[in-house]
Amino acid sequence: MLKTFPKGGVHPHENKFSAGKPIEIIELPKQVSIPVSQHLGAPAQPVVNKGDEVKVGQLIAKSAGFISANIHSSVSGKVSKIEKILDSTGYKQTAIIIDVEGDEWLPEIDRSTALVEDIEKITAEEIRAKIAQAGIVGLGGATFPTNVKISIPQGKVCDNLIINAVECEPYLTSDHQLMLEKSDEIIVGARLLQKAAGAKKIYIGIENNKPDAIELLKKKAAKYQDIEVVALKVKYPQGGEKQLIKAVVNREVPSGGLPIDVGCVVQNVGTAYAVYEAVQKNKPLIERVVTVTGKSVPKPSNLLVRIGTPVSNLIEKAGGLPEDTGKIVNGGPMMGKAVKDFSIPVTKGTSGILLIKSDEAKRPKTYNCIRCARCVFVCPMGLEPYLIKNMATVGMFEELQNERVLDCMECGSCSFGCPAGVPLLDYIRLGKANLNKILRSKKS
Amino acid sequence: MAQNRLIVSLSPHDHAKDSVNKIMYGVVIAMIPALLVSVYFFGLDAIRVNLIAIAACIFFEWIIQKLLLKGELTITDGSAIVTGMLLAFNVPSNLPWWIIVIGALVSIGIGKMSFGGLGNNPFNPALVGRVFLLISFPVQMTSWPKVQVLNFAMTDAQTGATPLAIVKEGLKNGESFSSIINNLPTSYSDMFFGQMGGSLGEISAIALIIGGLYMLYRKIITWHIPVSIIATVAIFTGILYGINPDKYADPLFHLLTGGLMLGAIFMATDMVTSPMTAKGMIIYGVGIGIITVLIRVWGAYPEGVSFAILIMNAFTPLINYYVKPKRFGEIVKK
Repeated sequence: MLKTFPKGGVHPHENKFSAGKPIEIIELPKQVSIPVSQHLGAPAQPVVNKGDEVKVGQLIAKSAGFISANIHSSVSGKVSKIEKILDSTGYKQTAIIIDVEGDEWLPEIDRSTALVEDIEKITAEEIRAKIAQAGIVGLGGATFPTNVKISIPQGKVCDNLIINAVECEPYLTSDHQLMLEKSDEIIVGARLLQKAAGAKKIYIGIENNKPDAIELLKKKAAKYQDIEVVALKVKYPQGGEKQLIKAVVNREVPSGGLPIDVGCVVQNVGTAYAVYEAVQKNKPLIERVVTVTGKSVPKPSNLLVRIGTPVSNLIEKAGGLPEDTGKIVNGGPMMGKAVKDFSIPVTKGTSGILLIKSDEAKRPKTYNCIRCARCVFVCPMGLEPYLIKNMATVGMFEELQNERVLDCMECGSCSFGCPAGVPLLDYIRLGKANLNKILRSKKS
Repeated sequence: MAQNRLIVSLSPHDHAKDSVNKIMYGVVIAMIPALLVSVYFFGLDAIRVNLIAIAACIFFEWIIQKLLLKGELTITDGSAIVTGMLLAFNVPSNLPWWIIVIGALVSIGIGKMSFGGLGNNPFNPALVGRVFLLISFPVQMTSWPKVQVLNFAMTDAQTGATPLAIVKEGLKNGESFSSIINNLPTSYSDMFFGQMGGSLGEISAIALIIGGLYMLYRKIITWHIPVSIIATVAIFTGILYGINPDKYADPLFHLLTGGLMLGAIFMATDMVTSPMTAKGMIIYGVGIGIITVLIRVWGAYPEGVSFAILIMNAFTPLINYYVKPKRFGEIVKK
């Protein structure tokens, strides 16, 4: 029996059209727009001015607070302006716009493909410092600063580092392809993270729909006693931290708690690769693998993209915008954000660009709730979405705390499965937002 | 590029593509085996009752929606067909047409639309209609035509009592269960396949179980309610039978007769009126099982499934209020 998390979950159609497509390097754009807020936490503070010449890898905005991250230039050229632009969140954010000239990298970045395996000389502290310096954040989509996550607080012990290679979102294949092409580097990156967090053991969790990646990583991990590759049954949302921990080591993160409360740290497989590049190659996080896909996309692809590249360039590279496109999603179909503009830039958290056909872009018609209880059965957190929806509708926001609405990670399984087409998650978000507002006003 | 045509909405952007219609028509498909058995044993009368009940249910839903509620027409969602078929399944095949129409009016008008239509009704509409008829027309509702294989002549068939009623009467008169059952013309295998008197849709356990398995496969129902009802009835009557096999009927008899299978598989599992959590469903099922046996063994009526389900329907909001699913990370952070 393959492991998985026990409660809830759904099986969306996988539609992994770009599976097995080699990672292609996309041509440099003429201009990049690099937002200073690509991570959870405080926006970074720009350290360049209009007219400055920058090189690839140069720091252009520095971390502004404990939870924040450095931002580096992904191209060489001249800063044309610093202004507010629309980004994937749908809000206007400050971004540094750079006109691309040539492709000149900082000399300290090692651009060779030679594998640097040795991690003996570097200390845990130095690893964390390098990760922070390189501006690495969780590349699975949550974009939480990685150095913060692997700084284990006083009194806590990290037993297990779990590498999240589940990629449970339908359509997306960037992590899968990265594993196939950069398995050695990922293992080194995982070991660096292990050292930095002081973890005894590394688990690499991969869903069973990627047998080639499971086999390859098992082979590469064979020489390390403390690395175990765990094949998982395909079920959404297994890539959720709490679900993955439950599936792999059968520990349950307490409500309102963090993985470290049960001795675990979870890192995305793409993050492990970025850590390898940062620590062993001195390369800051300036590019990432992005899946460009959709049912009508001519060439579904996995592209290596510089941060700040406009989404429209990616769509062109994948064969152009299909005539029947009705929705563009930054991320996967379950948790991604719909965007209204092709000019928004790829950021650190962009794992995919999904083009949804117009006939599938509209939400289903809403009927009366028929109390079928499907939302209760699929909720991986054991909540009652129908009840939260009813309570949020009548404004019982404070009472929602007892219904544990803040445990909701917005995986969307409830809305996905609802036969009456009720947008349950919309109401849950409404409830969460209003409850948080009440809690904040109580504190102050 | 035509950006203004793009839709922007919150996640998720995918949907399982299941719908209320698909669920309702799935239930209709699941009822077809039992319908075929009823035609086999009761002839075209079974079709007549079903057609009248379905047509009347659709008509009343349409007229109430159009004239009173003035809402969007909902008759195509299939739920009126399900209610109509379930009502038909719960009455004798020789019921006069006007009683069926009254049953449909009570089911749809009082049981469903007065609460605001599908999804808002606290009680199973078909059972509201059936119990109304049972109390209002006790004679017509308990004159069970004797089964005749493939009799399409539509002649007035002889009527007789159901095995449940015969056994209850016999036990009351002090006869032992084994002697009653030996004198009964119906064997257990007859009961399993449906060759016995009763409401037209309840007679065949095997046909109902096939329908139930189909609904499980389609994920229209979960196992919790049917299994907990059937297990409770089996255990409760098993204990009674163990105490005194002369005075009480054996568990198999209870499982195969009356409306137990129909109730457990099709009526109690009605989504709208049953609890929302697995634990709640089991409590609800156990409650239905216990009340059914109490009525069958000690009550005034030989059959108690309908009453048991309606009573537990009334408890459903309370169960939903108190029984919560197991939360992930139940241990609250220290």
